[in-house]
Amino acid sequence: MPAGPLALIIRTAGTNCDAELARAFEAAGARPSLVHIDRLIAEPARLDDADLIGFPGGFSYGDDIASGRVLAMKVRERLFGPLAAAVARGVPVIGVCNGFQVLTQAGLLPGPIGAAGAGRTEAPTPTVALAENIGARFIDAWLRVEYPPSACVWTRGLEDLDGASAVLPIAHGEGRFVADAGALDALDEGGQVAVRYVENANGSARAIAGICDPTGLVLGLMPHPERFADWRQHPSWTRLDRSCLAGPAPGLRFFRNAVEHAAAVRV
Amino acid sequence: MRRFEVRVRPGLADPRAESLAREARAVGVAVERARVARVYLIHGALTDADADRVGASLLANPVLEDVTTGAGPIDEGSACLEVHPLPGVMDPPAQTVAAAVEELTGVPGVRASTGWRYDLAGVSPADARRLARRLLANPVIHAVHDGPHCPDEFPHAEPKPFRVTRVPVRDLDDEGLARLSREAHLFLSLDEMRAIREHFRDRGREPTDAELETLAQTWSEHCVHKTLKADIVYRGPADGIDWSGRPGHTALPDGSVRIENLLRSTVAAATHRLIEDGLDWALSVFVDNAGVIAFDDDLAVCVKVETHNHPSAIEPYGGAATGVGGCIRDIIGTGLAAKPIANTDVFCVAHPDSFDDDTLPAGCLAPRRILTQVVAGVRDYGNRMGVPTVSGGVFFDDRYVGNPLVFCGCVGVLPRDRIAGEARAGDLIVALGGRTGRDGIHGATFSSAELTDTHADEFAHAVQIGNPIEEKKLLDAILRARDAAGGPLYSAITDCGAGGFSSAVGEMGEALGAEVHLDRAPLKYNGLTYSEVWISEAQERMVLAVPPDRLDALRAICDEEHVELAVLGTFGTPDRELILRFHGEEVGRLGMAFLHDGLPRRTRDAVWPGAGHAPDGRDARPTGLSDDGRDARPTGLSDDGRDARPTGLSDDGRDARPTGLIQTGRDASVAGTLLALLAHPTIASKRWIVRQYDHEVQGATIVKPLVGPGGDGPGDATVIRPAPGSTRGLAISQGLDVSGGDPAAGGDPYLMALSAVDECVRNLVCVGADPSRIAILDNFCWPSCEKPENLAALVRAAEGCHDAAIAYRTPFISGKDSLNNQFTTEAGETIEIPPTLLITGVGIVPDIDRCVTMDLKGAPVAGESALLLATVDDDGEGSMPQRRARVAAAVHAAIRDGLILSAHDASEGGAGVAVAEMVLASGVGAEVSLDDPFAERPATYILEAADGPATAGALRRAGASARVVGRASAGLNGLTLITPGERAEVALEAMRRAFFGALDW
Repeated sequence: MPAGPLALIIRTAGTNCDAELARAFEAAGARPSLVHIDRLIAEPARLDDADLIGFPGGFSYGDDIASGRVLAMKVRERLFGPLAAAVARGVPVIGVCNGFQVLTQAGLLPGPIGAAGAGRTEAPTPTVALAENIGARFIDAWLRVEYPPSACVWTRGLEDLDGASAVLPIAHGEGRFVADAGALDALDEGGQVAVRYVENANGSARAIAGICDPTGLVLGLMPHPERFADWRQHPSWTRLDRSCLAGPAPGLRFFRNAVEHAAAVRV
Repeated sequence: MRRFEVRVRPGLADPRAESLAREARAVGVAVERARVARVYLIHGALTDADADRVGASLLANPVLEDVTTGAGPIDEGSACLEVHPLPGVMDPPAQTVAAAVEELTGVPGVRASTGWRYDLAGVSPADARRLARRLLANPVIHAVHDGPHCPDEFPHAEPKPFRVTRVPVRDLDDEGLARLSREAHLFLSLDEMRAIREHFRDRGREPTDAELETLAQTWSEHCVHKTLKADIVYRGPADGIDWSGRPGHTALPDGSVRIENLLRSTVAAATHRLIEDGLDWALSVFVDNAGVIAFDDDLAVCVKVETHNHPSAIEPYGGAATGVGGCIRDIIGTGLAAKPIANTDVFCVAHPDSFDDDTLPAGCLAPRRILTQVVAGVRDYGNRMGVPTVSGGVFFDDRYVGNPLVFCGCVGVLPRDRIAGEARAGDLIVALGGRTGRDGIHGATFSSAELTDTHADEFAHAVQIGNPIEEKKLLDAILRARDAAGGPLYSAITDCGAGGFSSAVGEMGEALGAEVHLDRAPLKYNGLTYSEVWISEAQERMVLAVPPDRLDALRAICDEEHVELAVLGTFGTPDRELILRFHGEEVGRLGMAFLHDGLPRRTRDAVWPGAGHAPDGRDARPTGLSDDGRDARPTGLSDDGRDARPTGLSDDGRDARPTGLIQTGRDASVAGTLLALLAHPTIASKRWIVRQYDHEVQGATIVKPLVGPGGDGPGDATVIRPAPGSTRGLAISQGLDVSGGDPAAGGDPYLMALSAVDECVRNLVCVGADPSRIAILDNFCWPSCEKPENLAALVRAAEGCHDAAIAYRTPFISGKDSLNNQFTTEAGETIEIPPTLLITGVGIVPDIDRCVTMDLKGAPVAGESALLLATVDDDGEGSMPQRRARVAAAVHAAIRDGLILSAHDASEGGAGVAVAEMVLASGVGAEVSLDDPFAERPATYILEAADGPATAGALRRAGASARVVGRASAGLNGLTLITPGERAEVALEAMRRAFFGALDW
């Protein structure tokens, strides 16, 4: 069996969802590899080998100052160019929770990253942000979500999910999506809203849970699809018809979509 | 020094400010409008351009925030307050900010500190200060400024001139020894002080301060558990305990019983007897930082539960957070390091509504503030560590007002071939992690003392703030070092907890001796004496024994993970001594033998007045609980026929007691009682707590703490999957029965222990755990055991633990006690907590696909399902605990065989509340007939089954009593409770309002 595409997972001090992100990639057929941000800054060429890139959740640098702020500063200052080049090569990128917060502050979302990304080394100024939850409190909950038609590679085919399948878990204190009306309209019109809350627990503008860049390759979202890679992670799976336990859980389908895409790009 | 203020841009929502205004109004300060700014003070050679860049691209988010350099103006009519950490108090973001500024600008040597600015419109300066006191700051750790704080310099200390301090003890009389013990915060008894005096008389010299401190730490109640290990003479009625055949127990001619080493003769004896009897899955018990059991052929699971009561009384946020951090470090320090996979938390606090500004005793924080702050502390540490907080509870009783209890537990997983480590002579003593400061000095002795109204002033230095990011880095580095190719890079590891280096090195070097160079410890700031370095309890540090040839490999990993490493010395000395040096000069030399075995053993008196014979004066304590009905509560003992039964205890039916939570007067309606119970804080939904914890990080939480379609049903136990892909699970839960053991309410701690173990087992069994694979832990939190009645209560609880462990075959694998939980008010009144025994349990779930939850399913296919009540068969064979254990086995078999749709344990509020919770969790309605719906009957389960009669038959064949008591159906609304005199129909919406509205903070 040929080795699956390489999924490079970028971690740092305080990252804590890297193991489950790696498992989700692995379950979808990729070869996950964890790399510390400082190692990557020292050897940016490692990005050249990546077929997929993941920014996991957690509390990078304690989320001191603000969620993802310090990691985003490092990414923006040191790695923007190589990451933009990877996207230009067709590499799918996902940022979950803290990873989403990083992608928005590092200038990788909402994009466009530039003329196909290649060659651009300076990050654009952020136009969207994740702010403190409207209730000023950390929330761990499973919320009903919907997948609008979008350019996103990761959420392909999920538009039809409903009922027990159309849910995702959140766990964050700063996940309220904020942008001005112009930026929001651009996201809607450009098919960049990849996931929307049906239950908008954190007060996000237009109930936005996740967005992609115009190419659909870069997805950032506050919910954790990697925590729904198995039906036994569903909050009330003991009520469901147990026959569903064998099938792929919706979170896993994110990763299968991206791995399939990456495999196709690699060929 | 540059100052930056960062605040939410006008026009955007500012949840923090809005929440502050809300909370201010709740404490009686009408804030028209609040504005909140994060303040950064940054010191370093930054140019103006650097500063602009720092403000714009590091400190503020351009979409959300504005940054002001310097101090922004104060609006007319507004009060301005700033809260900054006191010098020396941990300021976790400061380190991150300084490092990030250096990286962004390339300027070295940057220092930073952070604070908060509050602009409060429509508030007088006096009210602003009141708000600071009540809500925004704790004087133990914060400085409050009446305006923008712009110092020119950060406070800094000069290195202290070094000299060895010797403390004369050889010529002290008893009074002098007692004074020294008290004034130097040693908290040693006169006997212990005398032993120290004799030791140094023999040595022909006076001790150094470091030596005295080492002895005080090592001999503290907190570290050595001298009460639980003492010899005890118990006087008073046996009240159902059969003393014969108990190891270490001797009946004395005068009718009293002598117990040699209480812990070894009760709790530990049960485990060792079970192991001798063939129980082969308890791998490491009572010897390491946590108890270890087999999970499967490859993996082991370890569990530890700690308390952090006294620090949490004074600074609840920091106290609870460092409680979590400390317990996680215990898991990291188990064997050759375990990976923490779950946290637990249980709090005992006073009722939020029982005290106001006038009635709250001086020196106490308001109960609501304590509870919200301990929750925040657990949340912030657990979430940042990436360890899911999955299981816990809150119990309310007003006697916890000055001395709340904060239990922090942690579960870890490690390979079975990594469960033991041992330092070897020649290994280097290596400290990893956070730097050492003056924080946490005397934590161990402080926690062993009793709280008084002045403790917040006297022991401010024992309180600290955690820095979870430091501990997360430490964890990442240690797991890499453990799993290094070619084997672990160290031969032993332990955490720096109570007593700091003194305890960690003292324990690891017990068999070898150790030589420590205290000047080699990295410090947070100058000015620490060698003695302070030695006993500081600064957080986030671990000590490793590292073979010299592995040091470079370990250092390489630590460098990559940004973890500081320092070599402090070497294990192994010629005469098995602990040798302390500072800049080469000897500052302490103690034989390990005296340090670890020199503690004089005491014989202590325990006097049991008899169940239901509370001494006078106890009723004077505030309890917050109803007085009605207490006297009527059966003691759990029958008066007749005792001799006819093996344990002398009554039938279980007679153990049923009215709930102690609320008044259940004769005229109370069933519906009214149910709603009052659902709204009682001990029963009411804790979802506002659980939802603040990331209980799903690591992706392994298979049965969540909140269950049911709405995700708000109170599950019995949480199930995690420690090994990804495996079908085996681990259930985690607790048992706690404070009311049952409260001597002031006629309770018996012996029965309390039996019932706490049973509750823990029930909770675990209800989700699918196998009761023959449950391990448990004890946490005794007691008032002073210098009082013989309290010690007798402790003895009875420990005997109950022993008997329960044997009957259920649930070994105790670890435990911890905290024995001075009482608060003395300004007026000299001592408020003792009720004796509190927390049982924490973990149980193996053989097949996670068989897990069940407590939310009613309503059997959609048949349209209706049966509700059964399973409990003890009073006519069954064996002792009472054995009969209870049989119910657990029967319920487990029914779950395993797929007969059960949902299962729930009946505890507080009895079967009536249990069924109500099952309805609340699902929205599916139920109708049940119960004779005495709110009586708290031991060993009782409510089960839902598609086939009621067949399931009842299976349960009965397995030795339980079981009968169908009702039905569940999505077509029913709420709960219909049929009692002999009444048919009460309680609508779902009314139940929801009571259950979710009471504690919706």
